Amino acid sequence: MSGFARAAFGVLLPPLLAVVAALVLFGAFLAAQGIDPVGAYGLVWLGAFGTWFSWQNTLVRAAPLLLTGLCVALPAQMGLLIIGGEGAFVLGGLASVAAGLYLYNIGCPDMITLILMAAAGSITGGALIAFCGILRIKRGVNETISSLLLAYISIAVMNQIVEGPMRDPTSLNRPSTPTLPSDVMIGTIPNTTIHYGLVFGLVACLAAYFVVYFTKFGFAARIVGGNARAGRVVGLPVERMVVAFCFAAGGAAGLAGMVEVAAVQGAASADLATGVGYTGILVAFLARMNPLALIPVAILLGGLDAAGGLLQQRLGLPDATMLVLRGTLFVMLLGSEALQGRLKRLWPQRVQKPLPAVAS
Amino acid sequence: MPDLSIPHLNRRSLLTGAAALAAAAALPKPGRAAAKTVGFIYVGSRDDYGYNQSHAEGAAAVKKMPGVNVVEQERVPETVACADAMESMIQLDGASLIFPTSFGYFNPYMLKASKTNPSVTFMHCGGLWADGDPANAHSYFGYIDEAVYVAGIVAGHMTKTKKFGFVAAKPIPQVLRNINAFILGAQTVDPAITMQVIFTGDWFLPVREAEATNSLADQGADVITCHVDSPKVVIETAEKRGLFTCGYHANQAPLAPKGFLTGAEWNWPYLYPKWVTTLQNGGTLPNYIRGGFQEGFVKSSPYNAIVPAAARAQADAVRDGFKAGTYAIFIGPIKDNKGNLVIPSGVVKEEHDKTLESMDYLVAGVAGSAS
Repeated sequence: MSGFARAAFGVLLPPLLAVVAALVLFGAFLAAQGIDPVGAYGLVWLGAFGTWFSWQNTLVRAAPLLLTGLCVALPAQMGLLIIGGEGAFVLGGLASVAAGLYLYNIGCPDMITLILMAAAGSITGGALIAFCGILRIKRGVNETISSLLLAYISIAVMNQIVEGPMRDPTSLNRPSTPTLPSDVMIGTIPNTTIHYGLVFGLVACLAAYFVVYFTKFGFAARIVGGNARAGRVVGLPVERMVVAFCFAAGGAAGLAGMVEVAAVQGAASADLATGVGYTGILVAFLARMNPLALIPVAILLGGLDAAGGLLQQRLGLPDATMLVLRGTLFVMLLGSEALQGRLKRLWPQRVQKPLPAVAS
Repeated sequence: MPDLSIPHLNRRSLLTGAAALAAAAALPKPGRAAAKTVGFIYVGSRDDYGYNQSHAEGAAAVKKMPGVNVVEQERVPETVACADAMESMIQLDGASLIFPTSFGYFNPYMLKASKTNPSVTFMHCGGLWADGDPANAHSYFGYIDEAVYVAGIVAGHMTKTKKFGFVAAKPIPQVLRNINAFILGAQTVDPAITMQVIFTGDWFLPVREAEATNSLADQGADVITCHVDSPKVVIETAEKRGLFTCGYHANQAPLAPKGFLTGAEWNWPYLYPKWVTTLQNGGTLPNYIRGGFQEGFVKSSPYNAIVPAAARAQADAVRDGFKAGTYAIFIGPIKDNKGNLVIPSGVVKEEHDKTLESMDYLVAGVAGSAS
């Protein structure tokens, strides 16, 4: 086995085992309720990947997860655990609606409007998460807590603005902003129901992978993630790097918010808080914070989301069933970290990736 | 021991995967010809003792019809998840009639789906269809304020403190209309009755709803009602505090056997099978359907045994008036709680009056702010 294959195997095996263990446990859970687990998994397969229609659903669900997954995976390179991507997502969506409506009304060309909408979403989301980074380095505030609390505040602020200054007066019974004109909406990839947000997500993940693993900047970031003090000693601008990574992370989530309004919802309303910011945490952990691994993981979780409906429709299972599977998956995944040492005995030369540590 | 079980786990997972694939291939493909498949989509839980349960009861009634398959999906947010649910019911289950039952499903999700699936009929709950929307898209809603008004009459007979409490989600026209209908009904019994409203800010916030109910109880209210998606918490909390309650959306009597007086319910188990039959027989339905007691859209929950005969008599008479189309709730002069005349003397606003759909005030006697 070559060094690279061994390393890849070592990185991939624990999460794969976690997925298999979760599927077995969940199967037992279904069997305990008198439901045939094999049939149920067949339905999950059908709903997630079984037909071209299912694939399209899955990819549409995966698109925002790629970007909100990056919101967790990028700061993790520096040893920071950001879990407030939902806040960057809703504020990014709101900012891009505001930008889109304003620019359309002053007659800005559609393409430029779309680009500026994406910029508005990214900058707003980026600013929010960068603020968490600044709180961390200037005041020592735990970024996990601050980002989570800021997510709640962001959702409240978004609701306040949607029901107040930006409310469309004709949205009587369901407060929302005015709807974006179709000229400044993101379309779908020809002959599919998949919008171009998927492409944004894929490009962002590939770019992040390249930056983290193939540039000096990314290398420096991983040094800081491994040992922030050592990074300072060798003269790395740790503070600036933290803010930059947090800004990029929030920018990804903000862009996801822009895609949500510009490709799906068409306006900002309370429904903008869809929870994809939180699912992004699960995606990033499952991908072990590797931007490239986010792609298959987001597709897997997107598939589970897409298949949940079919379990309800065909087997009459409650909606919470898919949450049980997700929860099992997450617990198994965290547990699989404990396998690290044991697997090493099987493959002594395995290259071990350091766990993300908190920067000090 | 993980290191021992790894190869077994891998092989087992392979076998499971292979079996799952085989099962997926063998799944029966539902055809459109034989039975009519009807899909129902709910925004919350099917057993929420509220809005979603009322629709699920309608779905259960459709399920009993011969030659009809029902597929259901609950807790579908008003996002792309709704579009997926509809498409999945159409593409994978062969549904030819879909009931997306939440207000926010309509635009853009149901409008888009009805354009791309012209042979499927869409029945949306919310009363939103407008000229120019697709012909296979329909939207209906009930004048449930009639049933709320009747409950207000019963509550007016029962109150000792002459103070009511109302737990509401958002100050939007539909909710304001119910709040006003409840107090106007009560004031036909005693014009001195007042009511405090608390807005929680969203449709499903159980913790805040419980806090609001307790706060209203502390302020001396002895009848509590609400307009939230799931009245369960409000009704249960009020029962614990020994208060009277009036229900909403569905029948909450089992939750509060002592204090639950009556309530305003949707009558979907009557309407849904009727509509499905019409469509099965090749008939068509209007695109925009509205109605109250008269059209069978709403009903009252059965009275609690403690409701006296005088209250029953008045409530029944008013309900009969609604059924006959001879009774109206909003008859001028009506002042709002800031002293402005909102409906002038001599003006009668019938239920289908469009101006009621943009109500932005609380009537005199209600403490709270409509904005």
